[in-house]
Amino acid sequence: MSESVAERHTADASAKKIGLPTIIIGIFFLIVLIAALIIRLPMPVLISDLLRRFGMNGLLVLAMVPSIQSGTGPNFALPIGIVCGLLTIVSGIEFGLVGIWLILFACIAGTALAIAAGYLYGKLLNSIKGAEMMIATYTGFSIVALMSLVWLMVPFASKKMGWLMGTGLRETIQLDAVGADSIINKFLMFTIFGIKVPTGLLLVFFVFCILMWLFFKTKTGIAIMAGGINPRYAQASGLNTDKYRIIANIISTVLAALGIILFSQSYGYAQLYLAPLNMAFPAVAAILIGGATASRASVSNVIIGVFLFQGLLTTSMPVANQLFIGTDLSEIIRMVIQNGIILYALTQVKGVAKQ
Amino acid sequence: MKNSRIILSGKTKNMLADNMVPIIFIAFTLLGFAVARGVPMSFFLTELSGRFYRNGFLVLSLIIPVVAGLGLNFGIVVGAMSAQLALIIVRYFFIEGFGGLLLCFAISTPIAAFFGYLTGKLYNKTRGQEMIASLIVGFFANGIYQFLLLFAVGVIIPVPATHPMIKTDGVGVRMTVDMGSLKYSLESVLEVSFVWAVLVVSILYLAYMLCKYLRAKQMPLAVSGGKYSFVGMAALVLCIAISLISIITNNSLMTVKRIPVLTIALIAMLAVFTKLIMKTKLGQDFRSIGQSQHIAQTNGIDVDKTRIIAVIISTVLAAWGQLIYLQNMGTLNTYGAHNQIGMFSVAALLVGGASVSKATVKHAFAGTLLFNSMFIMSPEIGQALFGQAILGEYFRTFMVYGVIGLALGLYVWNANRKAGLTLDPDTVETRTSI
Repeated sequence: MSESVAERHTADASAKKIGLPTIIIGIFFLIVLIAALIIRLPMPVLISDLLRRFGMNGLLVLAMVPSIQSGTGPNFALPIGIVCGLLTIVSGIEFGLVGIWLILFACIAGTALAIAAGYLYGKLLNSIKGAEMMIATYTGFSIVALMSLVWLMVPFASKKMGWLMGTGLRETIQLDAVGADSIINKFLMFTIFGIKVPTGLLLVFFVFCILMWLFFKTKTGIAIMAGGINPRYAQASGLNTDKYRIIANIISTVLAALGIILFSQSYGYAQLYLAPLNMAFPAVAAILIGGATASRASVSNVIIGVFLFQGLLTTSMPVANQLFIGTDLSEIIRMVIQNGIILYALTQVKGVAKQ
Repeated sequence: MKNSRIILSGKTKNMLADNMVPIIFIAFTLLGFAVARGVPMSFFLTELSGRFYRNGFLVLSLIIPVVAGLGLNFGIVVGAMSAQLALIIVRYFFIEGFGGLLLCFAISTPIAAFFGYLTGKLYNKTRGQEMIASLIVGFFANGIYQFLLLFAVGVIIPVPATHPMIKTDGVGVRMTVDMGSLKYSLESVLEVSFVWAVLVVSILYLAYMLCKYLRAKQMPLAVSGGKYSFVGMAALVLCIAISLISIITNNSLMTVKRIPVLTIALIAMLAVFTKLIMKTKLGQDFRSIGQSQHIAQTNGIDVDKTRIIAVIISTVLAAWGQLIYLQNMGTLNTYGAHNQIGMFSVAALLVGGASVSKATVKHAFAGTLLFNSMFIMSPEIGQALFGQAILGEYFRTFMVYGVIGLALGLYVWNANRKAGLTLDPDTVETRTSI
């Protein structure tokens, strides 16, 4: 972490090169695609599915960029932002909002909530420097479990969310009942060669990508980056690194909240209780596949990573089902790749050397 | 370090803060007894003792990596999976009974040692991030495990589809594997009545303490800590009195489940082993690399190798612990039995007062008891206070994650504060005293 400025330039240069994980997963993706062609899977359906999953997971992965850049590592506490988003979705439904108004309300209220949560989370991270990833993971887990209690006890009366009897919310809440299913996906949606292009979804994702890219050109963005690359140097030049770490994690948490809203409307369901528990890991894996490390990440890493990872998952399921009937190989592939790539990234972390 | 903290705040306040997690758990269990009136003591003790026999060994398997500075080894799930592989191999050939269990132990040992070696190698490459690596390696190994059992069995390794353990289409192992008479094979060897066991053990221990006390009295120098042993003796006398009363009146305590002597003996042997190994050369090496890898290295200790040995021991012990656990459960949930083992064992150890860098047998035992008390009581509390047992179940999930998060957070926070840390850990040069 104590790289000099000169080293930083070489790091930037090497980040431009394509990393080993990207190549391996890329080749694997190609093989699966070719296999899909050979066994004559309907390609338009496959590609439509890929585009949808690319868009709906995008923001959650983009949330990794600010936290990695600020030096706190990948945001393993993504569930914090996710439950903020879910909370505002169910509140919106309870207030009787439908359609785009529900989504807008959820986005605005979710952002406000996520700013507060992200601020507290950033404060926490500043007091436990050196063990961010581990404690972030367990903070996320704890919040999900705590929110499970909230979902169970919240006195909402809406018939669309409750169990038939007893109190508490259902595990999955259908969004088509409130007219919010795929509402962003359907915006300007068109079909070309049988491929359904969810224009709205992709538009939102790319707008946020551009905003993130622009943000890291601003003074604040550069200060965050400086604090992440060499905290001591940044401190010496008069930057309050703690403050910038908090800002970065607020942005990350807000993106997680918006990300889950985008995800839920595309998926058609808001998943409560223990569903968000493991959502951070695929997002972390995706950005790492895109070529990021635990201390450097860029918007291009996000786009490449989500495309490859989600593409592989989308295509491998029907292919594996065709080739080896009766086995659920795609879930196994997901587990091995997702966790393998995180382990690989951990071996690359310049941790506390032999103390 | 300790001195400065005592000066900083009062000693009692410090003790409270240090033992916050155990205190919360004791309070919670007591609350459970207060609000949930329908919980008889005999039910509680049956549940608690049963869980102790099941989990005690697994929790103990975590101690050595902590001493060796690797932190809490969530990777013991790798050991658990090795044990399950061994069990599946043994059951595939319909081997049963106590001999079958011994065979499971024998087969699981090399498998666990091999995977422990690989895990240890990985920890050496992820130095400083061992704990998150151990968590992820568990998930990763789960993928490999599922690949082996759901896909390789049947597609790569030919198996007959008619085998009762294999799914009907001939590919993959079923969700649950019947353990036949491997069930309770360890426990059924010898069982004794709970109350009688409490009585005999208390009397023996009391006699031992009295001897020690009388000897200490002759040497006036060693009176320190006398107060402690008086409390202990009073507790033992109370235990003897209670067990005598229940034997005479034959009350509900007599219905507490009988004690499996062999399981207890194994747990006790591991406890003694853990204590003894610390006195050997290897144990001293564990300790010194736990304190400072750098100094250990300059003193000629092969740090990497010693760390790998610690992980191998932990993984093999976890495999044995999982076998003890499974023979008590009676059926093997092929794809689920191992998933929570790491998390629950770590949480139990932390509840006992252990930390990332310090764990003893005492922490493991106290933690197993306290943690499982919470586990038994929380559905009861949920039922009593809110009329929903499910609430208690979510609550205990929260407690598991919360305890681990809190204990880790407090540890790092304290360490950073002590080091006067303002930036990254590797940039600290001026260690200011608080």
